[in-house]
Amino acid sequence: MIVTQIPTIAPAKTNSDKQVIEINNLRKGFDQQEVLKNVSLQLFNGENLVVLGKSGSGKSVLIKCIVRLLNPDDGTIDVFGENVSSLNRDGLGELRKKIGFLFQSGALYDSMTVKQNLEFPLRRIKKDLTQKEIDEKINEVLENVGLSEALDKMPSQLSGGMRKRISLARTIVVDPMIMLYDEPTTGLDPVTSDEISSLINEVQKKYKTSSIIITHDIECARATANRVIMLHDGEVYQEGKLEEFEKSADALIKSFFK
Amino acid sequence: MSRKANDINRSIMKKYTPVIKVIPNLRNAKKQTIKLSEKTFEKIEKAHNFLTDVADVFLFITRLTKETFSRDFEFREFLRQCFQVGYKALPLISVTGIIMGLVLAIQSRPALVHFGAVSMLPGMVAISLIREMGPVITALICAGKIGSGMGAELGSMKVTEQIDAMEVSSTNPIKFLIVTRVLAATLMIPLLVLYADGLGIVGSWAGANIKGDVTFVLFFSQAFSQIQFIDFFPAVIKSFFFGAVIGLVGCYKGYTAGRGTESVGIAANSAVVLSSLLVIIIDLIAVQITDMI
Ligand SMILES: Nc1ncnc2c1ncn2[C@@H]1O[C@H](COP(=O)(O)OP(=O)(O)OP(=O)(O)O)[C@@H](O)[C@H]1O
Ligand SMILES: [Mg+2]
Repeated sequence: MIVTQIPTIAPAKTNSDKQVIEINNLRKGFDQQEVLKNVSLQLFNGENLVVLGKSGSGKSVLIKCIVRLLNPDDGTIDVFGENVSSLNRDGLGELRKKIGFLFQSGALYDSMTVKQNLEFPLRRIKKDLTQKEIDEKINEVLENVGLSEALDKMPSQLSGGMRKRISLARTIVVDPMIMLYDEPTTGLDPVTSDEISSLINEVQKKYKTSSIIITHDIECARATANRVIMLHDGEVYQEGKLEEFEKSADALIKSFFK
Repeated sequence: MSRKANDINRSIMKKYTPVIKVIPNLRNAKKQTIKLSEKTFEKIEKAHNFLTDVADVFLFITRLTKETFSRDFEFREFLRQCFQVGYKALPLISVTGIIMGLVLAIQSRPALVHFGAVSMLPGMVAISLIREMGPVITALICAGKIGSGMGAELGSMKVTEQIDAMEVSSTNPIKFLIVTRVLAATLMIPLLVLYADGLGIVGSWAGANIKGDVTFVLFFSQAFSQIQFIDFFPAVIKSFFFGAVIGLVGCYKGYTAGRGTESVGIAANSAVVLSSLLVIIIDLIAVQITDMI
């Protein structure tokens, strides 16, 4: 019997081969259903990994497990070589300082202004900054997401797309080493989507971040992906370069790239 | 937490399969089965839900206590919450405080006149205000105003993932959101009670003056000549408990809210119901204890 070796996909050339996240045989279910059955994946240093998958396929659950907002039922998750499940509260706190998490829903703090929203993680993660440095940093990221004028607004005064961009700003303001973007461009117009995609690339280059980008937006995937993974039915359905996905004859994959 | 509890629930339910084999009946040696009705299972499930709820609450309180006495107290947020609690309830408490005293004076006056004991009015009103009316009515109003506010606010923060967002900013939400709120309520509600007592006495002076004629200074000194330490101290102590319970229940209900938007309303509503009930129960216990002393 011939055993064909499945070729492992090399990450983009610029990356060193070091893994920053390694997930093995992750399983996670809830009361009614098994969401992730057996997911293994790696995120290499400096790459943008795009995760595709149908709605409800457990993409958000996957990245929530990485920062341990959800506890996996089984399997291991290593971030920077540390097993996430075995960390105590302090260790987890330290690890989370290195990870930026963009919530699908934005999750802006309703009771705070935009400025306070951005200050919140800055004050807690970068404790040695002066007020002047904080203000500069906030202005810089707001400019990056094109919303300098929103500084003193409350989240309830913002449009859906503006909220999305502010929460992106809140995530990148602390220069995390790993970024987990949950649908960064959903609900945005094509122009703003493009800007966000290039912002993601800029962040990647400037701060050498490694990112997982969950998206349905193929344009965003095209702009940002070094490598693509598709989740289906609780498992990794396909993994590879974006071009391989686009050329694929598989019906499921094709339906994503119409 | 409660999801875990649900898992346990289900595993227990699996063990009680709906069909129970009965020892073969001697006369007709066939095996018989009896079916337990759905209701029986509902009851078993309810009992388990209740017990796991109780366990959840205890775990919550233990964790909270631990976090309260650990390092990095969120002082700024605590002050902000104190202000919020006081500020939110102040207008309502002011109005009720005055009316409480007014009504009490107007109602008791005829009876006292009948016995020729009008001079007892200030002392009597002050004692009933300070001992009972002030703390309980203030606490009930705060349960409605502050408890529901906390339940709704934390519930919506939970639903919209703001609490998760805090957690990934390596901020401990229990410390930041809950410890500060519970302490703020514990500290501010006794102050609000004292404030309501004060206004209540002013109100009762006004009430006494509708038909009588007494200067405020006289009324006030008459009132306070009757009040002893034993009237005052237990009331203050019990106000602290009222505050703690209102904060705890509001925060617990909000923090453990479910995933949908409807759970925000449920959290707010059940916070009010439960904390009002607990206020009354604590009051009952407190009265019994003071009575024994
Ligand atoms: N905290 C939770 N409790 C119970 N079920 C959950 C929870 N979080 C997610 N689920 C369930 O897990 C499944 C996967 O959810 P998830 O949010 O990961 O989907 P998704 O792939 O991100 O979809 P979308 O593209 O729509 O965001 C859904 O069926 C959802 O109902
Ligand atoms: Mg999602």
